[in-house]
Amino acid sequence: MTQKQWIGYSKPLIFLLLCLPTVWLVLSAYQQNLGADPAKKLVDETGLWALRILLLSLAMTPFRYWTGSGVWLHYRRMLGLFAFYYVVLHLLSYTFLLFGANWSYLQQELTKRPYIIVGFSAFLLLIPLALTSTKNWQRRLGQRWRKLHQLVYLIALLAMLHVIWLKKLGVWAVWPYALCLFILLAERIRQYQLKQQNSFK
Amino acid sequence: QQIQQRQLQANRTGEALTPYESVSTYNNFYEFGLDKSDPSEKAGSLKTEPWTVTVEGLCQKKGTFTLEDIVKPHALEDRIYRFRCVEAWSMVVPWLGFSLADLIKRFQPSAEAKYIEFTTLVDKTQFPNQRTNALDWPYVEGLRLDEAMNPLTLIAVGVYGRSLPAQNGAPLRLIVPWKYGFKSIKSIVKIRFTATQPKTTWAIMAPREYGFYANVNPAVDHPRWSQARERRLPASLFNPNWQPTLAFNGYSKEVAAMYRHMDLRQYF
Repeated sequence: MTQKQWIGYSKPLIFLLLCLPTVWLVLSAYQQNLGADPAKKLVDETGLWALRILLLSLAMTPFRYWTGSGVWLHYRRMLGLFAFYYVVLHLLSYTFLLFGANWSYLQQELTKRPYIIVGFSAFLLLIPLALTSTKNWQRRLGQRWRKLHQLVYLIALLAMLHVIWLKKLGVWAVWPYALCLFILLAERIRQYQLKQQNSFK
Repeated sequence: QQIQQRQLQANRTGEALTPYESVSTYNNFYEFGLDKSDPSEKAGSLKTEPWTVTVEGLCQKKGTFTLEDIVKPHALEDRIYRFRCVEAWSMVVPWLGFSLADLIKRFQPSAEAKYIEFTTLVDKTQFPNQRTNALDWPYVEGLRLDEAMNPLTLIAVGVYGRSLPAQNGAPLRLIVPWKYGFKSIKSIVKIRFTATQPKTTWAIMAPREYGFYANVNPAVDHPRWSQARERRLPASLFNPNWQPTLAFNGYSKEVAAMYRHMDLRQYF
């Protein structure tokens, strides 16, 4: 199988895999398997999946360095868009299920709770990235597209801060995710430094 | 007859009971794990027989007592209480137990005893999450002695007329209905009478967020979320069941007098 064929086959497969959490959550909701506090459970799960997939999308570039294969970059857009999709589900279930679209409650949350403000900022920053994710926009923006999409580092940090802040045990409760993010960002800094050194030679 | 009695009490609180299914599967019991479903899924590892409780500190009748020694002299009664977690969810639970005051009197605390401290079992083989440092084990909680002697304060050995399941703090736990749930320590193995305020687990972990008193108070927010309202469980997917939180969880009449000279913003 050529690399092109491999990508052609694996992409729909990965698409379906990334849909599975949604299928699982909808089924659980339908079978009333989400426990005593189902809306909270949905908010937590969609948020966690958004974070997982966001970290996965951030792992593609380091995977390229580590494996020496460029194949990873073909999945990056899809992963990024799925992360956005789960963020949207997260926000919708928070707004309409957990808070029952009670706008006065929501307004208090959004103005008084730092972790909500941080999480919501991450969502707002994701919107332009999702909108400009097409090849067309990539061409149109040229070098500026790269700059714009480097916002994802800030978004990932905000998302991590959001989840650390809302847990009673803080970073202790989500240390595997925090460790992943640390490694993925550290690898980028290392690559950046290597490039700088090379350019001075 | 027990069931009739329970319905009578339910009418007194005027609120629907949270079903046993929810009470026994939605738990915070970090000794088993951090997720709400961990305690019920891993509860099988806790062995509640034999069980002993050690009583120490400023009292006449120190010693180590079997569970039977502790429970037998007391007549068990059903008590339906609202249970308000610091995380802003709540339940209405029919506990089975007896007044802590009656138990305390048996140990004859001395005049210098001003506080009572409780400790949960430490055993990595029975509490799998004690292999981690999630909390600084053992879990320790405490009350001022007058709070402990309040008629509302309960030692629970059962729920819904049957023995406590492990995930709810078997074989015996504290219930302090006007305080956030973390004060109601589970699976107690030690009781100690002290002259000074006990150092309690959450108050050590995050003193700005969890005070020693931890009275349910809609006027004092948790630094990260509102305490003015709560989700009464079980909630449904399309109805989160928010309702206003009451001062002292609705038990002001019975307990507010104990705090009348205190600034509850400072002593939260």
